[in-house]
Amino acid sequence: MLRMRSFLPPLLFTLAYAGISLGVTNSYYQLILTLVPVWAVFGLSWNLLSGYTGLISFGHAAFFGIGAYATALGQIYFHISPWLLIPIAAMLGGIAGLLIGFPTFRLQGHYFALAMLAYPLAILYVFEWLGFQEVTLPIQRDAPIAFMQFTDPHIYTLLGLAIMLATIVLTQMIERSRFGMALLAIKQNEAAAEAAGINTLAWKLRAITLSGAIAAAIGGFYAQVLLVVTPASVFGMLVSAQALTVAMFGGVGTVWGPVIGSVILIPLAEILHAEAGARIPGIQGVIFGIAIVAVILLAPEGLFWKLRDVLRKRTASRATTSDAPDETAANVTPLKPAARQRAATGEVVLEVRNLSRSFGGLKAVQDVSFKLHQNEILGIIGPNGAGKTTLFNLLNGFLKPSQGEVLIGGRNMSGQRPHVICEAGIGRTFQVMRPFLRMSILDNVVVGAYVRARTDDQARQFAADAVARVGLSAVADRVAGELSTKELRLMELARAIAGQPRILLLDETLAGLGHGEADEVVAVIQQLARDGMTIAIIEHTMQAMVRLVDRFLVLDHGAVITEGLPEVVTRDNRVIEAYLGKKWVGHAAN
Amino acid sequence: MEGFLQALAAGLLIGAVYGLMCVGLGLIFGVMRVINFAHGDFMMLGMYTAFYLFTAAGVQAVFGNTVGPFVAIILAGPVLAAFGYLVHRTLISHVSGTRTASLEGEGHYAQLILTLGIALILQNGGLIVFGSVLASIRTPLSSSAWELGPFFDMSVFLNKARSIDAVVSLVMMILLSLLITRTRIGKSLRAAADNPTAATYMGIDVDRAHRTAFALGCGITAIAGGLLATNYPFHPFVGLEYVIVMYAGVVLGGMGSIIGAFWGGMTIGLVQQMSTLILPTQLQNAAIFAVFLLIIFFRPQGFFGRMVERT
Repeated sequence: MLRMRSFLPPLLFTLAYAGISLGVTNSYYQLILTLVPVWAVFGLSWNLLSGYTGLISFGHAAFFGIGAYATALGQIYFHISPWLLIPIAAMLGGIAGLLIGFPTFRLQGHYFALAMLAYPLAILYVFEWLGFQEVTLPIQRDAPIAFMQFTDPHIYTLLGLAIMLATIVLTQMIERSRFGMALLAIKQNEAAAEAAGINTLAWKLRAITLSGAIAAAIGGFYAQVLLVVTPASVFGMLVSAQALTVAMFGGVGTVWGPVIGSVILIPLAEILHAEAGARIPGIQGVIFGIAIVAVILLAPEGLFWKLRDVLRKRTASRATTSDAPDETAANVTPLKPAARQRAATGEVVLEVRNLSRSFGGLKAVQDVSFKLHQNEILGIIGPNGAGKTTLFNLLNGFLKPSQGEVLIGGRNMSGQRPHVICEAGIGRTFQVMRPFLRMSILDNVVVGAYVRARTDDQARQFAADAVARVGLSAVADRVAGELSTKELRLMELARAIAGQPRILLLDETLAGLGHGEADEVVAVIQQLARDGMTIAIIEHTMQAMVRLVDRFLVLDHGAVITEGLPEVVTRDNRVIEAYLGKKWVGHAAN
Repeated sequence: MEGFLQALAAGLLIGAVYGLMCVGLGLIFGVMRVINFAHGDFMMLGMYTAFYLFTAAGVQAVFGNTVGPFVAIILAGPVLAAFGYLVHRTLISHVSGTRTASLEGEGHYAQLILTLGIALILQNGGLIVFGSVLASIRTPLSSSAWELGPFFDMSVFLNKARSIDAVVSLVMMILLSLLITRTRIGKSLRAAADNPTAATYMGIDVDRAHRTAFALGCGITAIAGGLLATNYPFHPFVGLEYVIVMYAGVVLGGMGSIIGAFWGGMTIGLVQQMSTLILPTQLQNAAIFAVFLLIIFFRPQGFFGRMVERT
């Protein structure tokens, strides 16, 4: 039901737009009204890849141009109808997306963005060289409708709107599904997404394939509307820039951003072009540029997000009085220190054998071996730079070991990619928290649930359970940006357990927490262990750790110094020396 | 063989100027991590500034036709540096540097679209002010050449203006390297580029370092633009043609490496000139992008870049 309701606004918007366009008789304005959905769809296709994954593409003109030329050349050389050619163009665009994505996704950040720039420009020069400087679509007098040629320009607008509505609905469906969640997770932190069981490369390839297909389809339609195709008008840098402009102006990462951007900017640019540009050539560009600069300085994240923040603030200030007090945020009943039976005799669920990893000359982890037993809490301690986080990175697949093996449930998993290891039952949290600030807590946690969940509903169920287990149910609908550090830590914990792991790797989960807060988180971890979870935790605060863990593993300079029960380890001279230096060993003895 | 040597020489000469052009952008990108789409348009302004300094501001009358253009080109550097400083202060600083911490994607989206907007203003403003007629900074040297050789009955001809352009580029490059490695300003730039947070704690004003880098980068690219204009005519939209070459050079060299940007630009100059030996001239630019893609697939961090990853 909720889904049906979310499709209503785009439908109403489209209908209203269609109503207005039917009233316009001036053919120039009619063309503008057709171009608005065209660029909105192009912006949406860009948004699907770049807005949701954060991998900015400067080269979307490659797909647009492929679609436009496929539609034009197919009619000229093979006499195929554009009704058929536009779907074919979409297929070609999808294939191009796959071909471009596969090598280019090896690059990250700015390198990816700038490499994408090269594709349409390289193609542009090839098309010029091939002699397609200006391709005019043949007028079909015999069967105009079969060749998508209408005397009434309103029909183009309606077709454009239909494509736009379809793209909006598709984007909305993706936004809510496993697909959209995976893309958002990639945007926030690709490494963390892999660790949450998301095969990032596969999802990115799906995104660029779909994005390329949509861009190519709308490129084909654009060729059909204008009836002339030139390399610069479909492959040029300004075409790629158009996608960025409408999407960023309106707001990135939302279905409405590109639509808002297009509805405002395209008519503005065209009308300026016709009215002012005729008198002083260039003035239209200056005014357009100033408008963009001014809006971006006021709303750096785009109009949609600015408006939403303003509205949210207004409703929030009205509702503060009725808001529940913060104390209900985490109603965990503090538990007595671990009274459960020491579990070191249980089944071995994780075994590490002679694990080593060096970076150049630095041996970050050397010859580490240990076993993790079912239902045990293992504390991994050691001074800064001891190799604790590197050890976790080796366990969950971020790093490949130079030597040694990691056995999960008896199977050797060393060298596997993180999402595979996550599927094998290892969840993990990070030292540096990476919440999705604009998403609700529940949505944040859902991302972690998809590794086990078969359906979207099941994922929501897993997420809700996980949120309840860490005691955040009361605030599950709040956006993560409003939370305290403690709540964020608990949320990260929930995200890790939403994937139903058997083993949890917790990296400094208590860091940055006050005394009372740390106790609450400790209580949650203890409850998890009581419910059967096996946990390895890295931590600095010894006080909390001594009460929490069953066994310690002490690392220094990448190697295991000692291993054993808390009361034994904390009195071990080598441990005191590693932490505090030699001269404290004597003090401690007294 | 003679053709090869000639293309090699031409590639080295134009490559030196491209190198300087890329260094200007590389400096901005390396220090600020901002993608400045308007950089080609700053270069366009540099070209026009040199042009008007030469023809209208009396440089031609004082220094004559041979030396005059180069004096005007060098003078355009500080003018554009001042302009860049102003643009950074009034516009770009609002979406970059220490203010972006709270923005989605560290403010990259805002920076991109802001510089796109600035590019639009500069290009179209240029059209209004300068008109659409092609301009060029001609010197008598532009159409004469030195003959090297003959070596084994082969001679290589070096266009005089381009040779001087290359020499000026190299001198500028050396001066810039000295500035970066030997002076206090250079140190603060390197610190701000390497780790802005740590630099702030060490008492370095990162926003000021960004302004300096932006101004310096604009000035350097303006000089490179002026040098190009001795052989290539230009117009208000010329920036679009070069901004891509600049980015290709910066990426090839390794983002963040200033000397790398120079070699990246040099590579592009060489590829562009050498490709004429085997490809039709229309495909010259396609060859640049093909080589560019090939190089970054095999060496994603560029010639001089480092891979840094953190979890």
